[in-house]
Amino acid sequence: MSDVREVIIIGSGPAGYTAAVYAARAQLEPVLLEGAVTAGGALMNTTEVENYPGFAEGIQGPELMMAMRAQAERFGAEILTQDAVDVQLTGDVKTVTDDAGTVWRARAVILATGSGYRELNVPNEKRLSGHGVSWCATCDGFFFKGQHIAVVGGGDSAMEEATFLTRFAEKVTIIHRRDEFRASRIMAERALNDPKIDVIWNSEVVDVLGDEKVTGVQLLNRVTGAQSTLDITGLFVAIGHDPRSELFKGQIDLDDEGYVLVQGRTTMTGVDGVFAAGDLVDHTYRQAITAAGSGCAAALDAERYLAGH
Amino acid sequence: MSATKIVTDATFADDVLLSDKPVIVDFWAEWCGPCRMVAPILEELAGDHDEIVVAKLNVDENPSTAAQYGITSIPTMNVYSGGKVVKQIIGAKPKAALLADLSDYLK
Repeated sequence: MSDVREVIIIGSGPAGYTAAVYAARAQLEPVLLEGAVTAGGALMNTTEVENYPGFAEGIQGPELMMAMRAQAERFGAEILTQDAVDVQLTGDVKTVTDDAGTVWRARAVILATGSGYRELNVPNEKRLSGHGVSWCATCDGFFFKGQHIAVVGGGDSAMEEATFLTRFAEKVTIIHRRDEFRASRIMAERALNDPKIDVIWNSEVVDVLGDEKVTGVQLLNRVTGAQSTLDITGLFVAIGHDPRSELFKGQIDLDDEGYVLVQGRTTMTGVDGVFAAGDLVDHTYRQAITAAGSGCAAALDAERYLAGH
Repeated sequence: MSATKIVTDATFADDVLLSDKPVIVDFWAEWCGPCRMVAPILEELAGDHDEIVVAKLNVDENPSTAAQYGITSIPTMNVYSGGKVVKQIIGAKPKAALLADLSDYLK
Protein backbone atom coordinates (compact mmCIF):
# COMPACT_ATOMS: atom_id res chain seq x y z
CA MET A 1 0.00 0.00 0.00
CA SER A 2 1.42 3.40 -1.00
CA ASP A 3 1.63 6.56 1.07
CA VAL A 4 -1.39 8.79 0.87
CA ARG A 5 -0.83 11.09 -2.10
CA GLU A 6 -2.57 14.36 -2.78
CA VAL A 7 -4.17 13.44 -6.09
CA ILE A 8 -4.50 10.53 -8.50
CA ILE A 9 -5.62 11.09 -12.07
CA ILE A 10 -7.23 8.18 -13.90
CA GLY A 11 -7.10 8.34 -17.68
CA SER A 12 -5.07 10.33 -20.16
CA GLY A 13 -5.91 12.25 -23.29
CA PRO A 14 -6.11 16.06 -23.22
CA ALA A 15 -8.15 16.09 -19.97
CA GLY A 16 -5.93 13.78 -17.94
CA TYR A 17 -2.63 15.20 -19.16
CA THR A 18 -3.73 18.81 -18.67
CA ALA A 19 -4.96 18.00 -15.16
CA ALA A 20 -1.52 16.48 -14.53
CA VAL A 21 0.29 19.59 -15.84
CA TYR A 22 -1.72 21.85 -13.52
CA ALA A 23 -1.61 19.54 -10.50
CA ALA A 24 2.14 19.03 -10.91
CA ARG A 25 2.81 22.77 -11.19
CA ALA A 26 0.73 23.23 -8.04
CA GLN A 27 3.15 20.78 -6.38
CA LEU A 28 0.46 18.21 -5.69
CA GLU A 29 2.79 15.47 -7.05
CA PRO A 30 0.07 13.73 -9.05
CA VAL A 31 0.11 10.09 -10.08
CA LEU A 32 -1.50 9.51 -13.47
CA LEU A 33 -2.70 6.07 -14.56
CA GLU A 34 -2.78 6.65 -18.30
CA GLY A 35 -4.15 3.27 -19.37
CA ALA A 36 -2.37 0.15 -20.63
CA VAL A 37 -3.48 0.42 -24.25
CA THR A 38 -5.60 3.56 -24.20
CA ALA A 39 -2.76 5.93 -23.20
CA GLY A 40 -3.12 9.24 -24.99
CA GLY A 41 -6.81 8.65 -25.55
CA ALA A 42 -8.91 9.02 -28.67
CA LEU A 43 -6.47 11.39 -30.39
CA MET A 44 -3.92 8.58 -30.67
CA ASN A 45 -6.04 7.15 -33.49
CA THR A 46 -6.39 10.38 -35.43
CA THR A 47 -4.24 12.12 -37.97
CA GLU A 48 -4.14 15.87 -38.44
CA VAL A 49 -5.72 18.01 -35.70
CA GLU A 50 -6.42 21.33 -37.42
CA ASN A 51 -8.37 23.15 -34.73
CA TYR A 52 -6.20 22.97 -31.62
CA PRO A 53 -5.26 26.60 -30.94
CA GLY A 54 -1.61 27.48 -31.18
CA PHE A 55 -0.76 25.10 -34.01
CA ALA A 56 -1.29 27.26 -37.08
CA GLU A 57 -0.27 24.49 -39.47
CA GLY A 58 -2.07 21.72 -37.56
CA ILE A 59 -0.47 18.94 -35.56
CA GLN A 60 -0.75 15.14 -35.60
CA GLY A 61 -3.02 13.83 -32.81
CA PRO A 62 -0.42 11.43 -31.33
CA GLU A 63 2.23 14.15 -31.46
CA LEU A 64 -0.02 16.56 -29.53
CA MET A 65 -0.64 13.93 -26.86
CA MET A 66 3.04 13.06 -26.50
CA ALA A 67 3.79 16.77 -26.08
CA MET A 68 1.16 17.14 -23.33
CA ARG A 69 2.49 14.03 -21.62
CA ALA A 70 6.07 15.35 -21.73
CA GLN A 71 4.87 18.67 -20.32
CA ALA A 72 3.23 16.91 -17.35
CA GLU A 73 6.38 14.86 -16.73
CA ARG A 74 8.54 17.96 -16.88
CA PHE A 75 6.75 19.30 -13.79
CA GLY A 76 7.08 16.02 -11.93
CA ALA A 77 3.86 14.13 -12.64
CA GLU A 78 4.37 10.40 -12.15
CA ILE A 79 2.88 8.68 -15.19
CA LEU A 80 2.17 4.95 -15.23
CA THR A 81 1.04 3.11 -18.36
CA GLN A 82 -1.51 1.07 -16.46
CA ASP A 83 -5.26 0.66 -16.16
CA ALA A 84 -7.24 1.34 -13.02
CA VAL A 85 -9.15 -1.86 -12.26
CA ASP A 86 -10.83 -0.92 -8.98
CA VAL A 87 -11.69 2.31 -7.16
CA GLN A 88 -13.06 3.20 -3.72
CA LEU A 89 -14.08 6.82 -4.01
CA THR A 90 -15.84 7.58 -0.73
CA GLY A 91 -14.21 8.78 2.49
CA ASP A 92 -11.28 11.11 3.08
CA VAL A 93 -8.75 8.71 1.60
CA LYS A 94 -9.65 7.18 -1.73
CA THR A 95 -8.00 4.09 -3.19
CA VAL A 96 -7.29 3.16 -6.79
CA THR A 97 -5.96 -0.29 -7.71
CA ASP A 98 -4.01 -0.64 -10.94
CA ASP A 99 -3.69 -3.74 -13.14
CA ALA A 100 -0.32 -4.60 -11.58
CA GLY A 101 -2.11 -4.90 -8.22
CA THR A 102 -0.66 -1.73 -6.69
CA VAL A 103 -3.13 0.06 -4.43
CA TRP A 104 -2.72 3.82 -4.68
CA ARG A 105 -4.17 6.07 -1.99
CA ALA A 106 -4.95 9.75 -2.33
CA ARG A 107 -7.08 12.50 -0.84
CA ALA A 108 -8.46 13.53 -4.22
CA VAL A 109 -9.14 11.70 -7.48
CA ILE A 110 -9.65 13.15 -10.95
CA LEU A 111 -11.56 10.92 -13.36
CA ALA A 112 -10.65 11.43 -17.03
CA THR A 113 -11.23 8.05 -18.66
CA GLY A 114 -12.85 9.55 -21.75
CA SER A 115 -15.00 7.52 -24.06
CA GLY A 116 -14.82 4.35 -26.10
CA TYR A 117 -16.04 3.85 -29.65
CA ARG A 118 -19.60 2.68 -30.13
CA GLU A 119 -20.31 -0.56 -31.93
CA LEU A 120 -23.05 -1.14 -34.51
CA ASN A 121 -24.39 -4.16 -32.61
CA VAL A 122 -25.23 -6.14 -35.72
CA PRO A 123 -24.83 -9.92 -35.96
CA ASN A 124 -21.50 -10.41 -37.78
CA GLU A 125 -19.68 -7.25 -36.69
CA LYS A 126 -17.55 -8.88 -33.99
CA ARG A 127 -16.68 -11.96 -36.03
CA LEU A 128 -15.44 -9.82 -38.93
CA SER A 129 -13.69 -7.15 -36.90
CA GLY A 130 -10.06 -7.16 -37.94
CA HIS A 131 -11.15 -8.87 -41.15
CA GLY A 132 -12.57 -5.79 -42.84
CA VAL A 133 -14.51 -4.18 -39.99
CA SER A 134 -12.39 -1.45 -38.40
CA TRP A 135 -12.63 1.45 -35.94
CA CYS A 136 -9.30 3.02 -36.86
CA ALA A 137 -8.96 4.50 -40.34
CA THR A 138 -5.42 5.69 -39.69
CA CYS A 139 -4.35 2.17 -38.69
CA ASP A 140 -6.14 0.14 -41.31
CA GLY A 141 -6.81 2.36 -44.34
CA PHE A 142 -3.50 1.24 -45.87
CA PHE A 143 -4.85 -2.29 -46.38
CA PHE A 144 -7.65 -1.14 -48.69
CA LYS A 145 -5.66 0.34 -51.56
CA GLY A 146 -7.72 0.59 -54.75
CA GLN A 147 -10.81 -0.93 -53.08
CA HIS A 148 -14.39 0.19 -52.45
CA ILE A 149 -15.02 0.68 -48.74
CA ALA A 150 -17.67 2.30 -46.55
CA VAL A 151 -17.73 4.56 -43.51
CA VAL A 152 -20.76 4.47 -41.19
CA GLY A 153 -21.63 7.69 -39.39
CA GLY A 154 -22.45 11.35 -39.88
CA GLY A 155 -20.28 13.26 -37.41
CA ASP A 156 -16.87 14.89 -37.68
CA SER A 157 -14.99 11.67 -37.14
CA ALA A 158 -16.92 9.94 -39.94
CA MET A 159 -16.10 12.85 -42.28
CA GLU A 160 -12.45 12.85 -41.24
CA GLU A 161 -12.17 9.10 -41.74
CA ALA A 162 -13.91 9.14 -45.12
CA THR A 163 -11.69 11.96 -46.38
CA PHE A 164 -8.56 10.29 -45.03
CA LEU A 165 -9.50 6.93 -46.57
CA THR A 166 -9.66 8.42 -50.10
CA ARG A 167 -5.84 8.40 -50.00
CA PHE A 168 -6.01 4.64 -50.31
CA ALA A 169 -9.43 3.56 -51.53
CA GLU A 170 -10.81 3.74 -55.03
CA LYS A 171 -14.18 4.79 -53.66
CA VAL A 172 -15.57 5.58 -50.20
CA THR A 173 -19.30 5.38 -49.49
CA ILE A 174 -20.60 7.11 -46.37
CA ILE A 175 -23.64 5.37 -44.89
CA HIS A 176 -25.72 7.64 -42.68
CA ARG A 177 -29.01 7.00 -40.93
CA ARG A 178 -30.41 10.50 -41.36
CA ASP A 179 -30.81 12.88 -44.32
CA GLU A 180 -28.15 15.32 -43.17
CA PHE A 181 -24.81 15.17 -41.38
CA ARG A 182 -24.32 16.45 -37.84
CA ALA A 183 -20.65 17.10 -38.69
CA SER A 184 -19.31 20.65 -38.75
CA ARG A 185 -19.86 22.36 -42.09
CA ILE A 186 -16.19 22.47 -43.09
CA MET A 187 -15.76 18.74 -42.52
CA ALA A 188 -19.04 17.80 -44.22
CA GLU A 189 -18.34 19.96 -47.28
CA ARG A 190 -14.86 18.57 -47.64
CA ALA A 191 -16.33 15.06 -47.76
CA LEU A 192 -19.28 15.95 -50.00
CA ASN A 193 -17.04 17.72 -52.51
CA ASP A 194 -14.61 14.83 -52.73
CA PRO A 195 -15.01 13.04 -56.10
CA LYS A 196 -14.12 9.68 -54.49
CA ILE A 197 -16.84 9.95 -51.83
CA ASP A 198 -20.54 9.24 -52.24
CA VAL A 199 -23.28 9.05 -49.62
CA ILE A 200 -26.14 6.66 -48.95
CA TRP A 201 -28.64 8.67 -46.87
CA ASN A 202 -31.38 7.49 -44.48
CA SER A 203 -29.88 4.04 -44.21
CA GLU A 204 -28.52 1.87 -41.48
CA VAL A 205 -26.29 -1.17 -41.54
CA VAL A 206 -28.28 -4.20 -40.35
CA ASP A 207 -25.59 -6.83 -40.98
CA VAL A 208 -22.04 -7.29 -42.20
CA LEU A 209 -21.58 -9.91 -44.90
CA GLY A 210 -18.65 -12.23 -45.61
CA ASP A 211 -17.20 -15.59 -44.57
CA GLU A 212 -13.48 -15.04 -43.99
CA LYS A 213 -13.53 -11.32 -44.62
CA VAL A 214 -15.98 -8.54 -45.37
CA THR A 215 -17.61 -8.71 -48.79
CA GLY A 216 -20.51 -6.33 -48.21
CA VAL A 217 -23.13 -4.90 -45.90
CA GLN A 218 -26.87 -5.32 -45.66
CA LEU A 219 -28.62 -1.94 -45.55
CA LEU A 220 -32.10 -0.90 -44.42
CA ASN A 221 -33.57 2.30 -45.81
CA ARG A 222 -35.28 3.95 -42.86
CA VAL A 223 -37.70 5.91 -45.05
CA THR A 224 -38.86 3.26 -47.52
CA GLY A 225 -38.14 0.17 -45.41
CA ALA A 226 -36.36 -1.41 -48.38
CA GLN A 227 -33.33 -3.63 -47.82
CA SER A 228 -30.34 -3.70 -50.14
CA THR A 229 -26.79 -5.02 -50.32
CA LEU A 230 -23.70 -2.90 -50.88
CA ASP A 231 -20.57 -4.73 -52.05
CA ILE A 232 -17.54 -3.43 -50.16
CA THR A 233 -14.34 -4.91 -48.77
CA GLY A 234 -13.94 -2.70 -45.71
CA LEU A 235 -16.31 -1.12 -43.19
CA PHE A 236 -15.12 1.69 -40.95
CA VAL A 237 -17.41 2.37 -38.00
CA ALA A 238 -17.53 5.98 -36.78
CA ILE A 239 -20.92 6.28 -35.09
CA GLY A 240 -19.75 7.98 -31.94
CA HIS A 241 -18.54 7.18 -28.48
CA ASP A 242 -19.88 6.21 -25.08
CA PRO A 243 -18.36 7.42 -21.81
CA ARG A 244 -16.04 4.92 -20.11
CA SER A 245 -17.68 5.18 -16.69
CA GLU A 246 -18.26 1.48 -15.94
CA LEU A 247 -15.63 1.42 -13.20
CA PHE A 248 -17.33 4.22 -11.25
CA LYS A 249 -20.92 2.96 -11.48
CA GLY A 250 -22.63 2.84 -8.10
CA GLN A 251 -20.08 5.18 -6.51
CA ILE A 252 -20.77 8.44 -8.30
CA ASP A 253 -23.84 9.75 -10.08
CA LEU A 254 -24.11 9.07 -13.78
CA ASP A 255 -26.83 10.19 -16.17
CA ASP A 256 -28.93 7.83 -18.30
CA GLU A 257 -26.24 7.62 -20.97
CA GLY A 258 -23.46 6.93 -18.48
CA TYR A 259 -21.87 10.39 -18.40
CA VAL A 260 -20.56 11.49 -15.00
CA LEU A 261 -22.71 14.25 -13.49
CA VAL A 262 -20.88 17.31 -12.17
CA GLN A 263 -22.11 20.31 -10.23
CA GLY A 264 -22.82 23.42 -12.31
CA ARG A 265 -19.78 24.81 -14.07
CA THR A 266 -17.38 22.94 -11.78
CA THR A 267 -15.82 19.50 -12.17
CA MET A 268 -17.07 18.34 -8.75
CA THR A 269 -18.97 15.07 -8.71
CA GLY A 270 -21.44 14.32 -5.94
CA VAL A 271 -18.63 12.70 -3.92
CA ASP A 272 -16.27 14.96 -1.94
CA GLY A 273 -12.77 14.98 -3.38
CA VAL A 274 -13.75 13.31 -6.64
CA PHE A 275 -13.59 15.38 -9.81
CA ALA A 276 -14.33 14.51 -13.43
CA ALA A 277 -13.21 16.00 -16.74
CA GLY A 278 -13.14 15.50 -20.49
CA ASP A 279 -15.33 13.26 -22.63
CA LEU A 280 -16.39 11.33 -19.54
CA VAL A 281 -18.52 14.34 -18.60
CA ASP A 282 -19.11 16.14 -21.85
CA HIS A 283 -22.25 15.41 -23.88
CA THR A 284 -21.95 18.45 -25.96
CA TYR A 285 -18.58 19.64 -27.19
CA ARG A 286 -16.17 16.68 -27.04
CA GLN A 287 -13.20 18.56 -28.48
CA ALA A 288 -9.52 18.27 -27.58
CA ILE A 289 -9.52 21.88 -26.41
CA THR A 290 -12.66 21.59 -24.26
CA ALA A 291 -11.31 18.39 -22.71
CA ALA A 292 -8.01 20.12 -21.94
CA GLY A 293 -9.94 23.06 -20.46
CA SER A 294 -11.97 20.85 -18.17
CA GLY A 295 -8.84 18.93 -17.14
CA CYS A 296 -7.38 22.26 -16.06
CA ALA A 297 -10.56 23.09 -14.14
CA ALA A 298 -10.48 19.70 -12.40
CA ALA A 299 -6.92 20.25 -11.20
CA LEU A 300 -7.83 23.72 -9.89
CA ASP A 301 -10.97 22.37 -8.19
CA ALA A 302 -8.92 19.57 -6.62
CA GLU A 303 -6.26 22.03 -5.47
CA ARG A 304 -8.90 24.19 -3.78
CA TYR A 305 -10.53 21.16 -2.17
CA LEU A 306 -7.19 19.89 -0.80
CA ALA A 307 -6.31 23.32 0.59
CA GLY A 308 -9.63 23.44 2.44
CA HIS A 309 -9.40 19.96 3.96
CA MET B 1 19.80 -4.39 -27.75
CA SER B 2 16.17 -4.97 -28.48
CA ALA B 3 14.89 -8.42 -27.59
CA THR B 4 12.35 -8.24 -30.40
CA LYS B 5 13.51 -9.65 -33.74
CA ILE B 6 12.83 -7.60 -36.87
CA VAL B 7 11.59 -9.71 -39.79
CA THR B 8 10.96 -8.70 -43.39
CA ASP B 9 9.41 -10.14 -46.55
CA ALA B 10 12.87 -11.49 -47.40
CA THR B 11 13.60 -13.13 -44.03
CA PHE B 12 10.08 -14.25 -43.09
CA ALA B 13 10.43 -17.85 -44.30
CA ASP B 14 13.75 -18.46 -42.55
CA ASP B 15 13.08 -16.54 -39.36
CA VAL B 16 9.43 -17.40 -38.83
CA LEU B 17 8.19 -20.34 -40.88
CA LEU B 18 11.32 -22.48 -40.34
CA SER B 19 11.88 -21.48 -36.71
CA ASP B 20 12.33 -24.29 -34.16
CA LYS B 21 10.45 -22.28 -31.55
CA PRO B 22 6.99 -20.74 -31.89
CA VAL B 23 7.19 -17.17 -33.17
CA ILE B 24 4.79 -14.33 -32.38
CA VAL B 25 4.84 -11.77 -35.18
CA ASP B 26 3.55 -8.26 -34.51
CA PHE B 27 2.29 -6.71 -37.76
CA TRP B 28 2.67 -2.97 -37.23
CA ALA B 29 3.37 0.41 -38.83
CA GLU B 30 4.63 3.82 -37.78
CA TRP B 31 1.26 5.50 -38.34
CA CYS B 32 -0.69 3.16 -36.08
CA GLY B 33 -1.30 4.63 -32.62
CA PRO B 34 -2.38 1.39 -30.91
CA CYS B 35 0.73 -0.34 -32.32
CA ARG B 36 2.89 2.04 -30.29
CA MET B 37 1.09 0.88 -27.15
CA VAL B 38 1.71 -2.80 -27.88
CA ALA B 39 5.40 -2.52 -28.79
CA PRO B 40 6.75 -2.05 -25.23
CA ILE B 41 4.53 -4.89 -23.95
CA LEU B 42 5.97 -7.25 -26.57
CA GLU B 43 9.47 -6.07 -25.77
CA GLU B 44 8.89 -7.05 -22.12
CA LEU B 45 7.47 -10.38 -23.22
CA ALA B 46 10.58 -11.01 -25.33
CA GLY B 47 12.80 -10.28 -22.33
CA ASP B 48 10.83 -12.54 -19.99
CA HIS B 49 10.24 -15.56 -22.24
CA ASP B 50 12.88 -17.29 -24.32
CA GLU B 51 10.67 -20.26 -25.21
CA ILE B 52 8.98 -18.08 -27.83
CA VAL B 53 10.52 -15.75 -30.43
CA VAL B 54 8.99 -12.28 -30.48
CA ALA B 55 9.23 -10.64 -33.89
CA LYS B 56 7.84 -7.57 -35.60
CA LEU B 57 7.09 -6.94 -39.24
CA ASN B 58 6.57 -3.44 -40.61
CA VAL B 59 3.60 -3.78 -43.00
CA ASP B 60 4.47 -0.54 -44.78
CA GLU B 61 7.88 -1.84 -45.80
CA ASN B 62 6.81 -5.48 -46.18
CA PRO B 63 3.37 -5.46 -47.77
CA SER B 64 3.54 -8.89 -49.41
CA THR B 65 3.80 -10.89 -46.17
CA ALA B 66 0.97 -8.85 -44.65
CA ALA B 67 -1.16 -9.44 -47.78
CA GLN B 68 -0.33 -13.16 -47.84
CA TYR B 69 -1.73 -13.56 -44.33
CA GLY B 70 -4.76 -11.39 -45.07
CA ILE B 71 -3.88 -8.70 -42.53
CA THR B 72 -6.41 -5.84 -42.74
CA SER B 73 -6.10 -4.41 -39.27
CA ILE B 74 -3.12 -3.57 -37.10
CA PRO B 75 -1.81 -4.36 -34.66
CA THR B 76 -2.39 -8.03 -35.47
CA MET B 77 -0.24 -10.61 -33.72
CA ASN B 78 0.03 -14.03 -35.33
CA VAL B 79 1.65 -16.98 -33.59
CA TYR B 80 3.44 -19.33 -36.02
CA SER B 81 4.41 -22.86 -35.11
CA GLY B 82 5.76 -25.38 -37.60
CA GLY B 83 5.24 -22.86 -40.39
CA LYS B 84 1.54 -22.36 -39.75
CA VAL B 85 -0.60 -19.72 -38.02
CA VAL B 86 -1.80 -21.33 -34.79
CA LYS B 87 -3.18 -18.23 -33.08
CA GLN B 88 -4.29 -14.76 -34.12
CA ILE B 89 -4.73 -11.79 -31.80
CA ILE B 90 -6.21 -8.64 -33.33
CA GLY B 91 -5.95 -5.24 -31.68
CA ALA B 92 -3.99 -3.76 -28.78
CA LYS B 93 -4.45 -5.39 -25.38
CA PRO B 94 -3.06 -4.88 -21.90
CA LYS B 95 -0.16 -7.15 -20.94
CA ALA B 96 -2.23 -9.43 -18.69
CA ALA B 97 -4.78 -10.07 -21.46
CA LEU B 98 -2.04 -10.72 -23.99
CA LEU B 99 -0.30 -13.19 -21.67
CA ALA B 100 -3.60 -15.01 -21.15
CA ASP B 101 -4.13 -15.25 -24.92
CA LEU B 102 -0.61 -16.63 -25.37
CA SER B 103 -0.68 -19.00 -22.39
CA ASP B 104 -0.54 -22.13 -24.59
CA TYR B 105 2.85 -21.04 -25.95
CA LEU B 106 4.46 -19.70 -22.77
CA LYS B 107 6.12 -21.58 -19.94
